[in-house]
Amino acid sequence: MIRNTHLSYSSIIIIVLSLTVVGLWIANLFIGSVSIPAKEVINILMGQECERESWRYIIWESRLPQAVTALLAGCSLSVAGLLLQTTFNNPLAGPSILGIDTGASLGVAIVMLAGGSILSGATGFIATLIGAFTGAAIVMAVILFFSTFVRNNLMLLIIGMMVGYLTSSIISLLNFFASANQVHAYTMWGMGNLGGVSLQQLPYFATATVCGLFIAFMLIKPLNAMLLGTRYAENLGVNISLTRNLLLIATGLLTATTTAYCGPITFIGLSTPHIARLILRSSNHNTLLPVTMLCGAIVLLLCNILSVLPNNNGIIPINAVTPIIGAPVIIYVIVNQKKINYFNE
Amino acid sequence: MNSAPVISAQNLDIGYHIARNATKCVHQGLSLSLYAGELTCLLGANGAGKSTLLRTLSGAQPPLSGQVIINGTPLNDINRHHLSQTIGVVLTDKTAIGGLTVAEVVALGRQPHTGFFGKLSTHDLTVTHESMAACGIIEKKDHYMASLSDGERQKVMIAKALAQECPIVLLDEPTAFLDIVSRIEIMSLLHRIATQHQRAILLSTHDIEQALVLSDRLWLLSRQSGLTIGVTEDLILSGHLDHLFPHSNIHFDPLHGCYYPTVQRHHSIHVMCDDETLLHWTINILNRNGYGASIDNTTSKHTATLHVISHDMMTWKQGNQVLQLTSFEELTQQLHQ
Repeated sequence: MIRNTHLSYSSIIIIVLSLTVVGLWIANLFIGSVSIPAKEVINILMGQECERESWRYIIWESRLPQAVTALLAGCSLSVAGLLLQTTFNNPLAGPSILGIDTGASLGVAIVMLAGGSILSGATGFIATLIGAFTGAAIVMAVILFFSTFVRNNLMLLIIGMMVGYLTSSIISLLNFFASANQVHAYTMWGMGNLGGVSLQQLPYFATATVCGLFIAFMLIKPLNAMLLGTRYAENLGVNISLTRNLLLIATGLLTATTTAYCGPITFIGLSTPHIARLILRSSNHNTLLPVTMLCGAIVLLLCNILSVLPNNNGIIPINAVTPIIGAPVIIYVIVNQKKINYFNE
Repeated sequence: MNSAPVISAQNLDIGYHIARNATKCVHQGLSLSLYAGELTCLLGANGAGKSTLLRTLSGAQPPLSGQVIINGTPLNDINRHHLSQTIGVVLTDKTAIGGLTVAEVVALGRQPHTGFFGKLSTHDLTVTHESMAACGIIEKKDHYMASLSDGERQKVMIAKALAQECPIVLLDEPTAFLDIVSRIEIMSLLHRIATQHQRAILLSTHDIEQALVLSDRLWLLSRQSGLTIGVTEDLILSGHLDHLFPHSNIHFDPLHGCYYPTVQRHHSIHVMCDDETLLHWTINILNRNGYGASIDNTTSKHTATLHVISHDMMTWKQGNQVLQLTSFEELTQQLHQ
């Protein structure tokens, strides 16, 4: 039976990808802007004595939370991208293109300008998260509303971009009235930074992400039905409005959590679902969802390593690295779309 | 052979809600019954309301007034889950299933029967397999949807509806855009499913030729005369098909089961011919060239008399002139003089 062969192939893929995630995650602990000998890193992680106290601090307070953040943010953004692509039946949808992370940014900007820095404690974290979620969910709802009568995929993408521009212009306006310090803080945040989550905030960040991922995994069955289009899905017993609302919450939560703390990270949401489909050679969400999630983690962990300049030359913003992996993938799938199965009806 | 209808409705008004408190009524007072074990074709001109009727019957669109009764229960009282096990549909909607295999798409039809995560049981796999076999696509089960022809793709969608195990299957123009071979295959397949699996199958189509051959019952829908239902041959022979397209330029030929443009007859020719096929095509060429044809000689207004012995032997008699013709090409030249 086809199902068994298919499952065994995808099982191998999932195992290989999981091992890669683990490998890259560990590599993230060893590589950073300050070079620490590998032996010392192991000692610190094992809780043993180390040469310098500052290294212990770097590993526990910076590299560990950053590696976990990269892992979770990669999962979040890629799954959000996949959910959007299936919801809108559009392989070129993604949180950045549809302006959803701009919505989250607006929410963050309002919270930042109203309440000062985003990095202070659990209250600040939750306030920022609520702001980001509200912004993301509003943009998503607006696009869902348009999608009920704009049938053309390209037109819907353009509407998404326009909503994104409108949102950006409000952000610019807010920045215009903000103090120089606030603008600086916002600009730094906007460049994308996986080091924005402290060890204390990590449990909240992880909880919000896992909730979003959990909802996504609950939606595997209706997502597969929705590949047939809304009317077919309805005929198969899918509660369309409930599914759409849950998709809105899941996408909003995943995009908002990451955007609130790491800034609007581009290309991960758009490109990793394609990497996953190309590897898996299937658009069946039973396997595509976990594979997309793992690919997202791999890509962002890899980007985080690439963002470290050699010879202690510091770190470049993550958004300078993600397009290096993301953009070629998108160009590849667009150029080869006639040969790629999932682009066809 | 028919017991109770699986779908019935009395005084059904169908149409759209175009704005708050405003409706656009497409048809009023429709009465209908659909039976199990039969293939029923819904025929009508573009804009006659075929899709609206199908959507209303499948529960995708509420009727403006009246009730659709499914197996004795009003459609409104059937919950979403039960309805998905009762009515299966095949639509013309755009899908995004190119990256799924045939077996995976057909298995989607099992969704109304599977649990929360859609895990397929052995029974589900068996039904999926049987549905693919019944639709003749079992050899393609591991192929991607994107690699199939339009006809094969349509068979997969029918297999999906079959796997849904619904007693009723509604199809919106399943043979549109298909070549003649696929059209005949699909229609025969649907007829076989209806009779062998005791399903009630209703499809809208513009393919009147195939519908008249394979449809057990016809639903004729037109803006002017509403919905007319009957066994195919009853409707043909009672002249109902002539009213399906209320257009003076076409008429229905009950002998050959197809529509013809109404001929502007300037002249009439008396045709003598013993062979039916030969006679049919002789009349065809005369009509196309603006001549009426008559096989009896009681009226004297004929322009000429044409005696056709075979396709390369005919005699044209006009007044005192007698011509021997050896092809229809020569006949055309004669007609144009």
